[in-house]
Amino acid sequence: MANFEMNKSDAAPRQKATQQYFKSVQDSSWLIKFCFILLGLLIAVALLAPLLAPHDPNAQSLLSRLRPPIGFDRYKEGFLVGTDELGRDLLSRLLYGLRFTLLIAVIGSIISMIIGSVIGIISGFVGGIVDNLLMGLVDIQIAFPFTLMALLAVAVFGTDLTIFVIIIGLADWDKYARVVRGQIIAIREAPYIDAVRVTGAGPYRIIRHHMLPNIASPIIVLWTFGVSNVILLESSLSFLGLGVQPPTATLGSMTGFGRDYLASYPHIGLAPALMILVIALVFLLLGDWLRDTLDVRLKRQT
Amino acid sequence: MNFIIMRVVRAVLTMVLVVTAVFFASRISGNPIDIMFPEGLSPEEYAFWENYFGLDKSYFQQYLAYFRGLIQGNFGLSLTEFRPVTEIYAERLPNTIYLFGSAFLLALAVGLPLGIYAAVNRDKPITTAIMAVAFFGYAIPNYILAIFMILIFSFWLHLMPSSGNMTWVHFVMPTVTLAMAMMAWNIRFTRSAMLEILNEDFVRTARAKGLREVVVINKHALRNAMIPIVSNLGLQVAGFVGWVVLVEAVFALEGIGALIVRGALLRDFAVLQFGIIVWAAVVIAANLIVDFIYTLLDPRVRIVK
Repeated sequence: MANFEMNKSDAAPRQKATQQYFKSVQDSSWLIKFCFILLGLLIAVALLAPLLAPHDPNAQSLLSRLRPPIGFDRYKEGFLVGTDELGRDLLSRLLYGLRFTLLIAVIGSIISMIIGSVIGIISGFVGGIVDNLLMGLVDIQIAFPFTLMALLAVAVFGTDLTIFVIIIGLADWDKYARVVRGQIIAIREAPYIDAVRVTGAGPYRIIRHHMLPNIASPIIVLWTFGVSNVILLESSLSFLGLGVQPPTATLGSMTGFGRDYLASYPHIGLAPALMILVIALVFLLLGDWLRDTLDVRLKRQT
Repeated sequence: MNFIIMRVVRAVLTMVLVVTAVFFASRISGNPIDIMFPEGLSPEEYAFWENYFGLDKSYFQQYLAYFRGLIQGNFGLSLTEFRPVTEIYAERLPNTIYLFGSAFLLALAVGLPLGIYAAVNRDKPITTAIMAVAFFGYAIPNYILAIFMILIFSFWLHLMPSSGNMTWVHFVMPTVTLAMAMMAWNIRFTRSAMLEILNEDFVRTARAKGLREVVVINKHALRNAMIPIVSNLGLQVAGFVGWVVLVEAVFALEGIGALIVRGALLRDFAVLQFGIIVWAAVVIAANLIVDFIYTLLDPRVRIVK
């Protein structure tokens, strides 16, 4: 019964927030609208990569190695962006690379979100010495450069894809933990939580049904920032050769291999590099905008 | 004083934790002898090396021995080069110090004044330009910037060497690449710190007293804004070591960043361990120094802890 009441009263403000959200997209500058279009395009292209790619991304052809993009000498019909050092179609590799990059980023940031939120909830809900210990861990994670930890992990566990995703997933949890902890502490003593507690609800029920719905939106906002962080982390590790192993390509590893051919065949490295640049700019612009529009509650917290 | 002691204790604990994590991580991954001699060894030879490295003892004894070695300055032998890791690092350390030091100073010398300017002159067109540059420098991953720079200045204009570390010219592009990100960070941070202070009541009071704008900015606003700015610089050391690794990799600059990456790729654990431990020590020390400076700049920290 109480639950039903809660939902009913929750629905109205939530709907209002969605409306506000769409309104602020409409009011935003042309740059932000453009970014949204680009973002949609990137996601669509990544999803549809198998349909859009003109060739198999890993099919090698020694006869058509190192061909330049359309409009240059030695351009080969059907290979719009040219081919790489093994004669693989660069456009197809870019599409699949984008797909992989986004996939790893989404899974990795979701792992971060889950770990961070769980730690944040425990820390905020239990408090005391547990809280101190967990927040000490967070401090260490912040003070210690993550690239080094990732290097160690790669050396220890090798460059398996699953392991790589897990490593990526451990990069960002501290941010979620801090914010979630703050949110939990803020509502821990709220009258409605007390009321639920008085009716005899256990900690799981309180967290699952009464706290989580209230702290969900800041977590989701953080997650949208997290995805772009993780994309950059993934591409820099892959660039160093520590990420996904060939022949599978992500944008970072393609840039890394392209580095060796910059002098004579710049298109191999330049194409994925430009793509990473576009992604980075789009995510950062949208992130800044999102912070300004939606982030009132977070601003108060941190 | 209490505050400082607490911080030192915490720094030491963090360091011990890092060393422990590094030690056990490298033991999980297998026996170093297998990595040193991939072809395999006869049982006698195997036993000899096992005894030589102390691998026949228990993990805990090995761990204690490792710690003792660290304190005595013995960081082990590189598994690929068969010489002390300290020697290898000593050869390469100057390159990294030149790179990071010059980038840090450049970013400070350019970023700080620009950030203050952008905060004081909010609506001038130059400010918009500065913030656009800052945004771009902040957004673009530095190895991507490096690739553009190499294409333009090395292969197109033929002005700069694309890789190596033979002369100071080789350091120009890596330094600028690294400094770009740090500068952007400095501008953004300094500006927001200054803006916050400029909104404070005491700044208005200073202006109302009829103080000249220069005095208001330099003496009243800047001095207060310095507290977050200094702590940000300390965090910068932590944040940008990862960037040093990338910049060194792109420009094939033989610094310790590139060395650590090679250690990870070849599973040369002695090299990797030393790199991580030293780098962690630098980061932790930087944070500690920031805390010290904090207490000097802001008497409130000393009292409240």
